[in-house]
Amino acid sequence: MSISAIQEEIVAEFELFDPENWDERYQYVIDLGKSLPLIDAKYKTDENIIKGCQSKVWLHADYEGGKVVYSADSDAILTKGLIAILIRSFSHQAPKDILEAKTDFIDRIGLKEHLSPTRANGLVSMVKQIKMYALAFSSKSEQQA
Amino acid sequence: MFNVQAIRADFPILTQTVKGKNLVYFDNAATSQKPKQVIEAIANYYETINANIHRGVHYLSQISTDRYEAARETIRKHVNAQHAFEIIFTSGTTHGINLVASGFEPLLNENDEILIGALEHHSNIVPWQFLAERTGAKLRVIPMLENGTLDLSSLSEILTEKTKVVAVNHISNALGTINPIREIIAAAHAVGAAVLIDGAQAAPHLQPDVQALDCDFYTVSGHKICAPTGSGFLYGKESWLNKMRPYQGGGEMIKEVTFEKTTYADLPHKFEAGTPNIEGGIGLGVALDYLNNIGFDKIAAQEQSLLEYATAKISAIDGARIYGPDTSHKTSVVSFNIEGVHPYDLGALLDKMGIAVRTGHHCAQPIMNFFDIPGTVRASMMFYNTFEEIDALVNGIEKAKQMLL
Ligand SMILES: Cc1ncc(COP(=O)(O)O)c(C=O)c1O
Repeated sequence: MSISAIQEEIVAEFELFDPENWDERYQYVIDLGKSLPLIDAKYKTDENIIKGCQSKVWLHADYEGGKVVYSADSDAILTKGLIAILIRSFSHQAPKDILEAKTDFIDRIGLKEHLSPTRANGLVSMVKQIKMYALAFSSKSEQQA
Repeated sequence: MFNVQAIRADFPILTQTVKGKNLVYFDNAATSQKPKQVIEAIANYYETINANIHRGVHYLSQISTDRYEAARETIRKHVNAQHAFEIIFTSGTTHGINLVASGFEPLLNENDEILIGALEHHSNIVPWQFLAERTGAKLRVIPMLENGTLDLSSLSEILTEKTKVVAVNHISNALGTINPIREIIAAAHAVGAAVLIDGAQAAPHLQPDVQALDCDFYTVSGHKICAPTGSGFLYGKESWLNKMRPYQGGGEMIKEVTFEKTTYADLPHKFEAGTPNIEGGIGLGVALDYLNNIGFDKIAAQEQSLLEYATAKISAIDGARIYGPDTSHKTSVVSFNIEGVHPYDLGALLDKMGIAVRTGHHCAQPIMNFFDIPGTVRASMMFYNTFEEIDALVNGIEKAKQMLL
């Protein structure tokens, strides 16, 4: 599935929640955070850390068969739930598609404030880092081609 | 009787709803809300007397200068300084500390030491690190104890003839700890060191008497005491202010300028280069009048009741840990964590419930490192807060816990 199709799917899932009621949406994100398969402990290193001031984020990327595979973790559970959503939309995609993809679907699911530079939870930097990895892998694959 | 509803009626912002709920504002240690008396004073300034001060011979300039200087006198009286020229208007505590640290540069060398406390806000750490870098002086730290108070047991070893400046906060912003500044000031003076007290968190809760304290400097941020943002003051003893180098050069701070040499203006103007925040200074005077009209004894008593109530309620929450000393040694700040809950998560969920708290390291990372935590949730209260708001906070914490755990 394309990144935009996955993002539409996520938006559709969130539309099931009562828009007047933040609890349900947040509970869903929290539960995603609880269930996110953790990053392999060996990648939870200082090198992979994205310091967000309030919460820490670890991000690792592999390149498998032309696709970037991301895994990540955070010490805060809301951040982790948002990571799960971002990873679902970006992982197992081609570098070129990741580079072109947007994140405004986060606004549409009512979680915009968590992807704001002023939140200092590391998510904005994480999106940047996701793209950096994609860029690195795309230039690598061009060199090999 | 403390009529909190009458007081709340003075604060227009408190009647607001946030996300459909009554605003519960517990981030007072970051900044306080403003009473309408202060808001009106700012509007009134621009509507009737706006003019640059100390310069014009004209009517408006005269009036705005008089009002600005009257505010300085209000501040002088409030902190019981000997002279009005010992009150320097600043943009806040950060400005005041940088002014003093920079002013001491010619007075220090590589054999000297600067002593700060372990509970300092970054703005009472970094300016001294700059000073140490520029002069070669060494920065030393009074350590802290597990209960969030300063450990003075080793003071005689770290405070010596080499110490030239001691800088500590009166009250810690991260934990609310009231520090034993009288003891520190006396010990520092015994070795000839100057003492700066960062009063940013004390000024909202008590009336400092700089002569009784015998501190050499005392810094205050207006925005934390119901005054406009970007206002503030530094109290400095005349003898030190005269020895210090001016912080910024510009208009207002000079006596005579030639291209070869400039002589500086007398105090306080030597430290007040450029056009100041005139309406801020005037608003600061109005804010002090407002607070003194209520009375700091009443304010302190009300805040102590709020603190005791909040402490009892939050301690009763399963898994809660409050950092810092017991309620008799701090101001109305409850800095806490819930076991298994990241402070960011708790803060974000409370925000959804219309409850404003601060989460994170509170610009005091060394304290968080000491406790080995990513941060805390800090509920900081002022006299206009209510017991019902504390109940709302506690219910909010319980609800967040259910969602997160
Ligand atoms: C203890 C303490 N010192 C200094 C500051 C800095 O004050 P300002 O940002 O108003 O300059 C603060 C503000 O949070 C504080 O709490």
